[in-house]
Amino acid sequence: MFQTLTDKFEGIFGRLGKKGRLTEEDVDEALREIRLALLEADVNLTVVRGLRDRIRARAVGEEIHKALNPAQQVIKIVNEELTASLGGETMRITFAARPPTVVLMAGLQGSGKTTTSAKLARWFKSQGRNPLMVGADLQRPAAVEQLRTLGRQIDVPVFSEPSDPVAVAAAALEEARRTGRDVLIVDTAGRLAIDEELMEEVRRISDTVQPHYTFLVVDAMTGQDAVNTAEAFHQRLSLDGVILTKLDGDARGGAALSVKEVVGRPIAFAATGEKLEDFDLFHPDRMASRILGMGDVLTLIDKAEQVYEKEQAEEAAARMLEGQFTLDDFLEQMQQLKKMGPLGGLLSMLPGLPKELRNVNIDDRELARVEAIIKSMTPTERADPRMIEASRRARIAKGSGTNPTQVAGLVTQFTEMQKMMKKLGGMGTKKARKDKKANKGKGKGGSRVTGKGGVPALAGGGRVTPKGTKAGKAPLMLPGLDRIDAKDLDALADELDRRR
Amino acid sequence: MSTAVWILIIAAILLVVAGAAFVATRSRGRDLELEPTRDERRTGTGTVAPPKPVEEAPASVDTAVPTEADAVPVEIEPAVVEAPPVAEAPPTPMEPLVKPSFFERLGKARTAFSGYLGGLVGRGKLTEDDWEELEEALIQADVGVATSMSLIGDVRDLAKGAGADSGEDILGLLKARMHRELEGKDRSLTLDEGKTNVWLFVGVNGVGKTTTIGKVARRLVDEGHKPLLAAGDTFRAAAAEQLTTWGERAGAEVVRGNEGGDPSAVIFDGVQAAAARGCDVVLADTAGRLHNKTNLMEELSKVRRVAGREPGHVSEVLLVIDATTGQNGMSQAKVFTEAVEVTGVVLTKLDGSAKGGIVFAIESELGIPVKLVGLGEKAGDLVDFDAPAFVDALFE
Repeated sequence: MFQTLTDKFEGIFGRLGKKGRLTEEDVDEALREIRLALLEADVNLTVVRGLRDRIRARAVGEEIHKALNPAQQVIKIVNEELTASLGGETMRITFAARPPTVVLMAGLQGSGKTTTSAKLARWFKSQGRNPLMVGADLQRPAAVEQLRTLGRQIDVPVFSEPSDPVAVAAAALEEARRTGRDVLIVDTAGRLAIDEELMEEVRRISDTVQPHYTFLVVDAMTGQDAVNTAEAFHQRLSLDGVILTKLDGDARGGAALSVKEVVGRPIAFAATGEKLEDFDLFHPDRMASRILGMGDVLTLIDKAEQVYEKEQAEEAAARMLEGQFTLDDFLEQMQQLKKMGPLGGLLSMLPGLPKELRNVNIDDRELARVEAIIKSMTPTERADPRMIEASRRARIAKGSGTNPTQVAGLVTQFTEMQKMMKKLGGMGTKKARKDKKANKGKGKGGSRVTGKGGVPALAGGGRVTPKGTKAGKAPLMLPGLDRIDAKDLDALADELDRRR
Repeated sequence: MSTAVWILIIAAILLVVAGAAFVATRSRGRDLELEPTRDERRTGTGTVAPPKPVEEAPASVDTAVPTEADAVPVEIEPAVVEAPPVAEAPPTPMEPLVKPSFFERLGKARTAFSGYLGGLVGRGKLTEDDWEELEEALIQADVGVATSMSLIGDVRDLAKGAGADSGEDILGLLKARMHRELEGKDRSLTLDEGKTNVWLFVGVNGVGKTTTIGKVARRLVDEGHKPLLAAGDTFRAAAAEQLTTWGERAGAEVVRGNEGGDPSAVIFDGVQAAAARGCDVVLADTAGRLHNKTNLMEELSKVRRVAGREPGHVSEVLLVIDATTGQNGMSQAKVFTEAVEVTGVVLTKLDGSAKGGIVFAIESELGIPVKLVGLGEKAGDLVDFDAPAFVDALFE
């Protein structure tokens, strides 16, 4: 696994001591690491160069902020630059005065155009529109059939005929006008950017339907070549935006940045799952952290909200903080967590974990092991694991197919966690009480009560910059639980809530 | 909703599990003999874990190998066996299979970038910037930073030893170094005689699994084999139709199930049907899946286990990778190999401008050989991997 940038930066800037300003050499050393991180994330080399220059220009000579250490400060600059590059103007879909509003989908083979067409149609439908989809991919066997099936699922009609793509598009436009459909989504065949003939064909489709929006569909796993593809399509079709697909994978998605830089048009939507509803507007700030490999706490929380029972989780958190969290509760929560995907992936979303933990190669089978150990305990043992001595340990090990060391390891980890949580609960109470008072009437205090503000804090003993300063986009990081300070937790929770 | 709750719970659980795993990993060395195998561990949890679901072979089927006489394995509920295309009316006439040469196809892409490193060749002594340029050429071909750096490091040492310093020499050394890395790999596809071979095609979404199967089928038919296609992608809409079209083009039978059905069952049916009809290889399609989806990867492991049941004999598990894939390809290869023991890589869409350099890293680091390369959309556009030509093309 990659060491996070933060660790590297802390190494680089550690010897900086109390210097008041970032020198060129300091920054250059950090920039080398940034370059590596960006390249590992598949950001195109030329794009990396451009970014590097911009970051250098901003970082050199910058005064060291009192609230941030130099490492955090540079990261903040990098993060801001990335977010700015990814974001800029957000796409606002407006509708044509004379319907239909025509949307053309283009891209390489396998980038996900057909599925995305259906997702987009569903999105338009949810905006109160009546889309018509056009199957203009006559190349791939059964592509139109795929679109029709998807169309049935979302109750959106599909138009196609076995002629040629340009004719289909033209006829579809007529059809949309005739049947009063106000959005027309044209799914085209995948094509290579260097295929002169097919690129010409898609241009003719574009000329025929005169799209209001032309989207390039880009796979988040794309490597260095994303730039060439985007350039070629942009030249031919003059793109209006980009749709990033397969973001639910573990690719860091540097292609998003590359494409954005080349095309200069916003990344309008992101597809984050196989289901047709897994599709939404794009969040540039989340993508920046992801590209940097800095973890993505917000996405993590989104995921959690999807799989967890809300009340159950709040209750569990409350018990945790009161020190009444048993192994049974733990097991239950762990089973929920399992639904969120492989542990390794989740861990990588929580940067700032103690190094020794991060470097453990966690296999999902560990979960099964932990589960087996807990399930081999008696209810009394689960409620109070301190009673587990050698002979009980041996029995549990036998029952779970593990060894006593592993059983002991789990129990120790669990009791440690319990202790920390309890301490945290104690610390948090005061703030939580205050919080409750302050938030009275805002309708927010209620949900916060159970949480008691208990959240791991920013890294490096770091603090969120004092409220009121503009550190809004500083990346969020979690330290190991050993470094927790209740005040930091509250600050982070506030910050997260604000960003959402 | 309080954000705090989620973070708290997730962090707590991750820390405990990761901590426990850490302890376990450290103790593993000591207790090696105690370390249960994966299977033992499963049964170990058996007392408490939900009973391991029995992999459902369709109940109506007698799992005994059907004899030739009563070759009716296809009464199995969901599966519909497409009749083989009738000889007098083939839907698409079989065009002669024209195999493009590796270089010829790459040529198209090459013109767009020719002369990228051309400047280096004429140069005398390489400067630090030139070295960097060399490294960047590899990075731009998606070889990856770590692999590129280690290759360039090696070549620097080699160059020092050989006293070479001109651009041309060093480029030569680098290519030779890379050729060596890909040398001596067995790139042949295993087809054991007298058995119902199963070739399983796996990969993330949109890499071209179904298309590759179509092309492989055509190739096998041309070589006198009798392939059967099993439409194990029951998830994507119309995936089975797509495969059926390819089956018709290639003149191979297709076994398909219901959309949303159990892929293992479909492939099991395919194997049964193949055995009954004397097909020597089942080309098993699977739904594209992102490798970080645990459930889907488990489903895939099961598909492999079921495919290997008598009379099935899994002789190839081919991971299909799109040439445009960046560094994520490495993670794909690792995880898929863990789940289904990948025996080879098929690199698709190499006729575009993408160089597919990630397979270099996959092959050299994970030792999984690239076996086939897709160079176009036609049935004949699937060729054997030509390692030297591939390496040369990375620099063009």
